[in-house]
Amino acid sequence: MKDYGTAVATAETVEVTTSSDVVNARQVVRTLAQRGGLPLVHQTKLVTAASELGRNMLIYGGGGVVRAALVADSGRSGVYVEFRDQGPGIPDIETAMQDGWTSGSGLGLGLSGAKRLVDEFDIATGEGGTTVRIVKWGR
Amino acid sequence: MAAESSTHLLVETLAANRDTFLDQWIRVVGGDLQGRLSTAELGRELGELYDSILAAVTEGGLDGRAEQFDEARSLLIELSRSRARQGFTPTETARSVFALKEVLEPALATDEQGARTYLQFARLLDDLALLTTEAYIRTREEIISSQAEQLLELSTPVVKLWDGVVGVPLVGTLDSARTQVVMEKLLQTLVDSDSTHAIIDITGVPTVDTQVAQHLLKTVVAARMMGAQCIISGIRPQIAQTIVALGIEFGDIPTNSSLADALRQALTEIARDAEDDVKGLL
Ligand SMILES: Nc1ncnc2c1ncn2[C@@H]1O[C@H](COP(=O)(O)OP(=O)(O)OP(=O)(O)O)[C@@H](O)[C@H]1O
Ligand SMILES: [Mg+2]
Repeated sequence: MKDYGTAVATAETVEVTTSSDVVNARQVVRTLAQRGGLPLVHQTKLVTAASELGRNMLIYGGGGVVRAALVADSGRSGVYVEFRDQGPGIPDIETAMQDGWTSGSGLGLGLSGAKRLVDEFDIATGEGGTTVRIVKWGR
Repeated sequence: MAAESSTHLLVETLAANRDTFLDQWIRVVGGDLQGRLSTAELGRELGELYDSILAAVTEGGLDGRAEQFDEARSLLIELSRSRARQGFTPTETARSVFALKEVLEPALATDEQGARTYLQFARLLDDLALLTTEAYIRTREEIISSQAEQLLELSTPVVKLWDGVVGVPLVGTLDSARTQVVMEKLLQTLVDSDSTHAIIDITGVPTVDTQVAQHLLKTVVAARMMGAQCIISGIRPQIAQTIVALGIEFGDIPTNSSLADALRQALTEIARDAEDDVKGLL
């Protein structure tokens, strides 16, 4: 995935420590998607992915930070969202990415589903925490 | 020794001028609150407070956190809570306490010993006033959380749509607390109205993710255990596409795009069941 480091400089930031922060982060992402002119279906998919990743961050990563920004690439515009926590990390990422695998009592569809909902998906995880970065493009 | 003589002077002054000081105190606070509290009520509150402060100072010391001030502190917390409920600002409540400084200043600040005494008394009142602010905030938090609960109840109506059919129009985010309330209300209404069908309408739910889906599934399972059938309606096109991409399966739970379609389906099923019953009798 391309480095969107420059986008992060102008990003909107939401600290997530409670479930209402997840709702908040979702709203920030939705507003950006609307401003970026994403069609309704894309908006909904992106916001739902953000909801999954934000909640994972809260439940398994002990909270973290969501950053979201508008990005542009060869004439199309999109929304970049980054989820960064300093939790324990995901020991076996391949298993965790499988449909239906959960270490808790979820449906185990958050990670794999979020990946299907967006255009670009990148996950880096280790003992220092987990960072997921996603992009959803306009048309 | 200076501290002891200060306390002594303070006790003497407070005791000797009780009625005058109390009167002035009530007048200052009453002016501040501009008649939003009756003079009688104010008189009772401040009188009790004055006497318990006097008793505590007499017993020993000017440390507002000491044990002697237990009663004064409870009175203040009580006062603060009732003011919070009556809609007074925390500043107004704290000023009620500070006002006693104004009353004592002219009587004490006449010489050096008096000025020192006044300063110590002022510090005591600062401590006590801080307490009212803390209590005020706690009370407001209690009020807010109980209102949030009431709102939760309000925002999850369960209505009887037709003979045998109840409807649950969900609006907003569906978290665990909300789901619990919805589920309890739905199950109770199913029993009370003797219904066999429930329509859960999610037109007003902006995001359907795995958590919402799980909560919906739980609700449907609970209703089934009571012998009722659930239909999920109000699935907008963008939500349908998202649910599919996410990989959520609603299994054999019937879904509809509109509440009207869902109601038609429920009524058809009810009519068919009635027909089956009649056939069974023949
Ligand atoms: N940020 C994270 N830090 C640590 N572990 C994580 C993190 N995100 C996910 N995981 C692990 O990956 C597993 C799979 O996550 P996924 O979101 O797919 O499913 P889930 O959260 O268990 O259930 P669902 O999201 O369907 O409600 C989780 O159960 C958890 O063990
Ligand atoms: Mg998850």
